Amino acid sequence: MKKRVVITGLGVVSPNGVGVQEFTEAIKFGKSGIRFFPELRDLNFSCQLGGMPIISEEKKREYLSELQLRNFNSSGILYGIIAGMDALKDAQLQPAKNDEEPLWDLGIIFGSGTSGVEKFREAIYKIDDKNVRRLGSNSVAQTMTSGVSAYLGGLIGAGNMVTANSSACATGTEALLMGYEQIANGKATYMLCGSTSDSGPYIWGGFDAMKVTTYKYNDSPDEVAGPMSAEANGFVPGSGAGAYLLESLESAQKRNATIYAEILGGAVNNGGQRGEGSMTAPNGVAIQKCIKNALQSANISASEIDYINGHLTATIKDPDEIENWSLALDRKRVDFPYINSLKGMVGHCLAASGSIEIVSSIIQLHKGFIFPNVNCENLHPKITTLISSDKISTKLIKTSLQTIAKASFGFGDVNACAIFKKI
Amino acid sequence: MTSKEIFALLEPIIKTYLPEDVSAKEINLDSDLTRELNINSAHLVDIILDIEDVFSIEFKNEDMEKLRNVNDAILLIQQKTSD
Repeated sequence: MKKRVVITGLGVVSPNGVGVQEFTEAIKFGKSGIRFFPELRDLNFSCQLGGMPIISEEKKREYLSELQLRNFNSSGILYGIIAGMDALKDAQLQPAKNDEEPLWDLGIIFGSGTSGVEKFREAIYKIDDKNVRRLGSNSVAQTMTSGVSAYLGGLIGAGNMVTANSSACATGTEALLMGYEQIANGKATYMLCGSTSDSGPYIWGGFDAMKVTTYKYNDSPDEVAGPMSAEANGFVPGSGAGAYLLESLESAQKRNATIYAEILGGAVNNGGQRGEGSMTAPNGVAIQKCIKNALQSANISASEIDYINGHLTATIKDPDEIENWSLALDRKRVDFPYINSLKGMVGHCLAASGSIEIVSSIIQLHKGFIFPNVNCENLHPKITTLISSDKISTKLIKTSLQTIAKASFGFGDVNACAIFKKI
Repeated sequence: MTSKEIFALLEPIIKTYLPEDVSAKEINLDSDLTRELNINSAHLVDIILDIEDVFSIEFKNEDMEKLRNVNDAILLIQQKTSD
């Protein structure tokens, strides 16, 4: 018998708000975190906009000591630490004391696309300068993929599985489902899950070169065509981190914790880079299968879904995603659930997109609202033939939600879909 | 440089790497850096790099093996600065 799993803590470091409270206000009002970066202009980027959380030096010192911040140069690890520690605190759990045993029942699955790219750059310059001995002791910890989970593991004293998953833009959703399995199978009581992504030109450059980002709004960052709009022609790269503390329902009830939502189930699959799928494009058949598998795992029917938090990146692929949801759920036009995408406000936070968007989904479910789709007044014509435009609100909707779906898709033809229910 | 002059420059370097529960007052000539001052052994390489910067010297791999306590560091620095 599988254990039921719930979410009892949230943490978020988003371009439009750091901390759950600030972030909740931001998404309600459609506040944008997309800014112009002179550095990107000077480096000849096509897209000179980005989404980057604002973290003060003072804020850093609430989480890390002077010694830990010495030669620290990994924005992704910093974001992950802030989001992760906030989620733990939100769940009213304490780290193990220094003289105590590790928390054997608490594990961490916190993913990233790549870690400490700024730190790696620093190291590469020194190595090429024949000065490898000057790297110091913290180059490895900041550049290893598991850097973020390792830092969190040490701060918390986690004694269960501590690892970092990596599945491109599906990383955060996959992390949640991996943590869910760990608790459902009775291997842990608490799992801190989430994902993070570095900021800046070294992480965003590859996407700029692929021309999947938008070059049209460098002078008007508040007007970037949002996901699902007719004008959407590429995303704005973002960064940040999202985190959730997963716990067995049993344990949450025993300690009277605030329960944000139950994770009913979910699915992860791959399009195999076959059919219309490739390294960079999704296989629609696999996406539909992933959504259907998630419903089956959650043991619910498609008609129960009230709201979808889409992957929807503001590229020409958005109409295909809507079509895949419509086919997988067998629901169309006015029968289709509400749907929105956070990327209109924060850009595409890459490896962190899934986790920041899951946090936004859980907040909406818990508080009973649907945030507005930003800069999406003029919907893509193919989308309006599939679903009713009322389902893509550009205004805040206050409504009680019961069952919701979140999916993320990524390079490598990876798909992940999770189903949550109010409890 | 005298031992005293070196110690005055060395103490703030070591202090940076002390764990939060160890006071700078505990730094004396005989203090074993990892065992008594509880400095994470990975930080020994950072201490060496900081010493190199402050005293404009360079350590070799063999020198690092000799570094156990504060006095070892002072002797090595004296040796290098008089070369």
